[in-house]
Amino acid sequence: MQFLRNTVDKLKKPFLKGGKLERYEKGFQAIETFLFVPNHTTKHGAHVRDGIDLKRTMMIVVIALVPALLFGMYNIGYQHFSQVEGSDLSLIHLFGYGFWKVLPSIIVSYAVGLGIEFAFAIWRNHDVNEGYLVSGLLIPMIMPIDLPLWMLAISVVFAVVIGKEVFGGTGMNIFNPALLARAFAFFSYPNFMSGDKVWVSDAMTTDGMSGATVLGSLAQNITPSYSTMDMFLGLIPGSVGETSKLAIIIGALILIATGIGSWKIMLSGVIGAVVTVFAFNAVGLNELMNFSWYNHLMVGGFAFAIVFMATDPVSAAQTERGKWMYGFLVGFFTIMIRIFNPAYPEGAMLAILLMNAVAPTIDYYVVNSNIVKRKKRMKTNPLKTA
Amino acid sequence: MSDTNKEGLFSKSNIKLITAPFNDDNPISVQVLGICSALAVTVQMKNAFVMALSVTAVIALSNVIISLLRNLIPSRIRIIVQLVIVALLVILVDLILKAYAYDVSKQLSVFVGLIITNCIVMGRLEAFALGNTPWKSFLDGIGNGIGYGIILMVVAFLRELLGSGKIWGFEILGDPIEKTGLYAYGYVNNGFIILAPMALIVVGIVIWVQRHFNRKLIEK
Repeated sequence: MQFLRNTVDKLKKPFLKGGKLERYEKGFQAIETFLFVPNHTTKHGAHVRDGIDLKRTMMIVVIALVPALLFGMYNIGYQHFSQVEGSDLSLIHLFGYGFWKVLPSIIVSYAVGLGIEFAFAIWRNHDVNEGYLVSGLLIPMIMPIDLPLWMLAISVVFAVVIGKEVFGGTGMNIFNPALLARAFAFFSYPNFMSGDKVWVSDAMTTDGMSGATVLGSLAQNITPSYSTMDMFLGLIPGSVGETSKLAIIIGALILIATGIGSWKIMLSGVIGAVVTVFAFNAVGLNELMNFSWYNHLMVGGFAFAIVFMATDPVSAAQTERGKWMYGFLVGFFTIMIRIFNPAYPEGAMLAILLMNAVAPTIDYYVVNSNIVKRKKRMKTNPLKTA
Repeated sequence: MSDTNKEGLFSKSNIKLITAPFNDDNPISVQVLGICSALAVTVQMKNAFVMALSVTAVIALSNVIISLLRNLIPSRIRIIVQLVIVALLVILVDLILKAYAYDVSKQLSVFVGLIITNCIVMGRLEAFALGNTPWKSFLDGIGNGIGYGIILMVVAFLRELLGSGKIWGFEILGDPIEKTGLYAYGYVNNGFIILAPMALIVVGIVIWVQRHFNRKLIEK
C-alpha cells in the first residue's frame, strides 16, 4: 500500500501548479482519488448528504450490481444454447459464452463515457465526475446483448454530453444518464432495441422457439410459457442485467443496508405497481390486464429499474415525503405504459424518465407545504415554537 | 429623419442591419423566435430551403408595408393590421409555391400557412418596422430571413444526413435497402433525429457551438 502511495506521489509532481502537465491536473486527480480516499470532501451537487465521498458511494452501487451482472452473463449463454436442440453444456461454458459477449460492451461503455468525462474535466477545469462509474456499468446491463457496439457508443455520447455535461456534470443532471442512453438507442434504432429477435444472443428463427420477452408476447396477447420461478431466477430472455429478480434483490439489500439506495422509493414503487395491477385485474380485458401482480413484478426491467435507477440520488425526489410520491408514480406509470401501449412493452424506462422531470416539482410542493404548516403552527401557538 | 437622408443606401449601419442577424442577433439562436417551424420543416434540406425563402420574402415585404403605413396605424389596433398584411403575403406565397413548386408545397403542407404565426415576422414588425423607414425595414427583414435560413439549413443538414443518409435528396451514404456504401458495413440511419424532440436538441447544440465561438452572447 505504502509503495503505491509513494508511486502516486512521485507521479503527481509534474501535474501540480507550475509543473509541465498542469493542464491535465484534473485528470490525474481523478485517478488518484479513485485509488485513495482524498483528504478533502466533495463540494458541490450530489454530495452534501453523506460522510463518504462520491467515489466510494458509487463503488458500492457497482458492487450491488455485480450479482445481476454475473447472472446476466450466465443467462446469455443459457438463452443462446437453449435454442440448440439437445445441447448440454456445463455452467462454466454457458457463463464463458456470456462473459465474452458482455465484456466488449462494458469496455466500450467505460472507454467512451470516461473519455468524454476526462476531456470535459480538463477542458472546463472541473473535477472528473464520478457518476459515470455506475452509469458505465448500468448502460450495457440494460441494453439487448446483440446491440452493435457503435450504437452503444453513440448512446453513451448522447447520455454523457446531452444528459449530463450540458447541465454541469454529475449532481446537476435532470435525467438518469443510463436511462437516457437507453431511451436514445430505443428511439434511434428501434429494430435493434425491441421485437422478439434481439433479446437472445444470435437469435435463430427455429420454429417453436420464441425469443420474445414475457412482456413482448403479452403485448401480442399470447400467454408466455415461462413459470413464475423461471422469471424469479431469471431464466427468461431480456436485457443483460434485468432478468434475475434474485440477483436484483441481493443488490437491493446491499443498497439498503449501506443506506445508499432509498428503501422508500423501492417500496413505494412496488406498492404503486401492485395497486395499479389490482385495478387492471378487476377490469381484465386481455392477457396483459389479467397478468397477476407478482408476475408483473417478476417480468421486464421494472425490478431492475426501481432498485438501481429510480433510486439515483441526483434525479430522484430529494424530500422524504417526495420519495414516497415519486416511487409510487414510477410504479403506477410503468404499469400504465405496459398495459395501454403495446408498442412499448416495458414502461419502466419511460416512467422513470417522466418522473425525473417531475421530481423537482414534487420536492418544491413538499417543501412549501412544510413551510406553510410551520407558519401555521407558529401563528396558533407562538410560545411553544419560540 | 434628417440624418437618414444623408446616409447612403448601403451605409455601414444599413449593412449591419443585414449582417447582425446572421450571428450576433440571430432570430432563432439569440432572439429565440420561430423555433416551432425550425423543428417542423428541417427533416429535409430542400424543404427547409423553400421555407427559409418563403419566410424571408414574407418578413421583408411585410416589414416594408408596415413601415410605409407606420404613421397611419392607430397603435391600439396595430396587431390586427399587421396580421392582415402578413396573412395576405402568406397566402400569396402559398399560391406561388402551389403553382411553381407543387411537390415541395405538398410536403410543407400546413407549415406554409403557419408562417402567419411565425414569431419572427410579428417580432420584427413590432420591434423594427413600426419605428423605422421602409428601406431599413426591408434590409432588416432580409437579414432576419437569412439568419433564420442559416440555422434552418444547418439543422436540416444534420437531420437529413444522420436521419436519412441524404444531402439535398442525394443518397451520399449509399442505399439503405440494397445495403450499399456505408450501409454494407452495418451502418443504420438514426430514427430519433427525424423526430421533433431531437430537432430541438440539435437546435440546442447549434446554440451551444455558436456561443462557444461568439463570446459576446454569453450572459454574465
